[in-house]
Amino acid sequence: MTVPIVIASRPRDKVHVPTVTLAHGGGGKAMKDLIDDVFVETFDNPLLAALDDQARPELAEFARLGDRVAFTTDSFVVDPLIFPGGDIGKLAVCGTVNDLAVGGAIPLYLSCGFIIEEGVSIDLLRRIARSMAAAAREAGVQIVTGDTKVVNKSACDKMFITTAGIGAIPPDLRLDVGRVRADDLVLVNGLLGDHGAAILAARGDLALEAPIASDCACLAGLIAALLTAAPDTRFIRDPTRGGIATVLNEIAQAARVAIEIEETATPLREEVRAFCEILGLDPLYLANEGKIVAVVPPEQAQQAIAAMREHPLGRAAGIVGRVTSGQPGRVTMQTILGGSRIVDMLVGEQMPRIC
Amino acid sequence: MKYVDEYRDPVKARALVHEIETLASSIKTSADRPIQIMEVCGGHTHSIFRYGIEGMLPKSVELVHGPGCPVCVLPMGRVDDCVAIAERPEVIFTTFGDAMRVPGSRKSLLQAKAEGADIRMVYSPMDALALARRNPTREVVFFGIGFETTIPSTALTVLQAEREGIKNFSVFCNHITIVPTIKAILDSPDLHLDGFLGPGHVSMVIGTAPYEFIARFYGKPMVVAGFEPLDILQSIWMVLKQIKESRSEIENQYARVVPTQGNARALRALARVYELREFFEWRGLGSIDHSGVKLRAAYARFDAERKFAVPNAKMADPKSCQCGEVLKGVIKPWQCKVFGTACTPETPLGALMVSSEGACAAYYQYGGVRGQRTEPVAEARAV
Repeated sequence: MTVPIVIASRPRDKVHVPTVTLAHGGGGKAMKDLIDDVFVETFDNPLLAALDDQARPELAEFARLGDRVAFTTDSFVVDPLIFPGGDIGKLAVCGTVNDLAVGGAIPLYLSCGFIIEEGVSIDLLRRIARSMAAAAREAGVQIVTGDTKVVNKSACDKMFITTAGIGAIPPDLRLDVGRVRADDLVLVNGLLGDHGAAILAARGDLALEAPIASDCACLAGLIAALLTAAPDTRFIRDPTRGGIATVLNEIAQAARVAIEIEETATPLREEVRAFCEILGLDPLYLANEGKIVAVVPPEQAQQAIAAMREHPLGRAAGIVGRVTSGQPGRVTMQTILGGSRIVDMLVGEQMPRIC
Repeated sequence: MKYVDEYRDPVKARALVHEIETLASSIKTSADRPIQIMEVCGGHTHSIFRYGIEGMLPKSVELVHGPGCPVCVLPMGRVDDCVAIAERPEVIFTTFGDAMRVPGSRKSLLQAKAEGADIRMVYSPMDALALARRNPTREVVFFGIGFETTIPSTALTVLQAEREGIKNFSVFCNHITIVPTIKAILDSPDLHLDGFLGPGHVSMVIGTAPYEFIARFYGKPMVVAGFEPLDILQSIWMVLKQIKESRSEIENQYARVVPTQGNARALRALARVYELREFFEWRGLGSIDHSGVKLRAAYARFDAERKFAVPNAKMADPKSCQCGEVLKGVIKPWQCKVFGTACTPETPLGALMVSSEGACAAYYQYGGVRGQRTEPVAEARAV
């Protein structure tokens, strides 16, 4: 009697070891199982499921949405991997989406490359992947191609993620730092410094208990609302590493303008303010992962703020300063006392005060 | 009351500035120069620049930035000693952040770290001791810098290490004391100071009595000041008031933190673990008697200077460096020949451009020149 050979479909949960090993990066069966189980299953889209050497979205899709392609890349090496408000995966997706969105692009597709230190827990990897999938779903993007490498112990710090993102820029949009001019107003969408403070607190070096969560979020929706309300917006950038001070200096230098901000108008969460006070850190230099700096013409500022405040990520939106015809490249701040001081580019890293 | 916002009230600040203007205009100075008040402490320098206080004062009052920044006065040779210890493979070298950037004769600690030395930033000496506990096969060295503000915490850490019998922990002691610093300033022939803002946190430890000699023998007023803008403005006003009334006293504006008699427990720990060195080398100021402390013989096993052989070389500052003159307040930062050109925060020649409390770094960052002078360069006073 012949027994029919039933080829069962592959079981969902394919990886049965607790930690990542060099085999998982070796290109063989272990790696395929890891990719299927952790990534393909989780990111769940047909372009990725094909698992070709490249993803092949239709050109027509881009042409339908815009007349230019926006293309960006970023690497994520944050420590700790998981922190209040997010994790390295969420950060990777949001950071890449935001880099596209601040250029006015509709974000469409992401790639992600993982470099994983052997010994990392598979459950941790699954958790990070799920977090990325959730962030991607919320942002309306798909992760369609990727790469996985596993390195020896200590050859990298647990996990590094490199992404690239691609989107389409609608035809009439001309966001360009060169358009920034005197009398333009500088807006932000909320409280500053959350991410930087959250990461420092989460590292645990400080023996400080600080209930601060990262503001990590995808800003494409907020930016779309802003651009609808204020179509002549000159320029948008997200103040990540180096904080708002760095972005303002970049704008001032690139546009050859002066920018003046008001200390009373730079919104901070009470806990972040206290955190900075104790350590002697300047919140203007702390990273943000859910914030934008937008330069808008004065006559569109009110509707820009109103539109942002309608959006969950912009409830505390406001004007922080303005572009002036002062010394080009210079950023100054009116202190709460009424004095004035320069807000310079950060040199090296911020070091907490000694005494 | 949070002790922060209340002391930054802009309405009260404006009122104080107005009082300062009124008072200053009623004071007749003997020479044709502004009233010069030196803030000794680097924390005050930082605060003054960060809030733009200098620009709010009338032209008749000038703030002179003093040498009370422990990182700024680190001589290059001492940094070389740190690097030598840190480069030993068995050592974990721990230090406060700012000190990592000070240039040595070949490299800074930050550069040594990039080249592979195990150098770690800590926020307190207790962190260093914790590292020693966790790494029994490594030698943990803590770079002790700071005035009397930080000496007690290092002392208490050494006492804790002694209690626990920890054998792999030591301190490379570069702690300095404030009184000889102030005395060196007062004895300097280049300066014509009319009064002082006294260091707030050092005084929290040592009290106000040690400063009596300033009033008694040198006839200068000093007001121990807090660090918030209203503290500083009120203290300036108090100094001016003394000048107007021809008084010279030590007053305490920072009474909410500074007890007149200081902190007895901190002083006891300090005295138990440390003794004065005969003399100590200061960047830009040369050798000052009894200005530094070292671990007593009883604590020799916690003394990195005894544990490790260090080059201990006296390195001359670069020729173009005018750190000493800026430290003494003889010239302003932007009057230094290399300020903003050869010496910038990215490429510091001297420590004053490195530390967040250094006058040069503060001026560069907050009041910047960047190669373009925004005010006329006054003649540097003859040295």
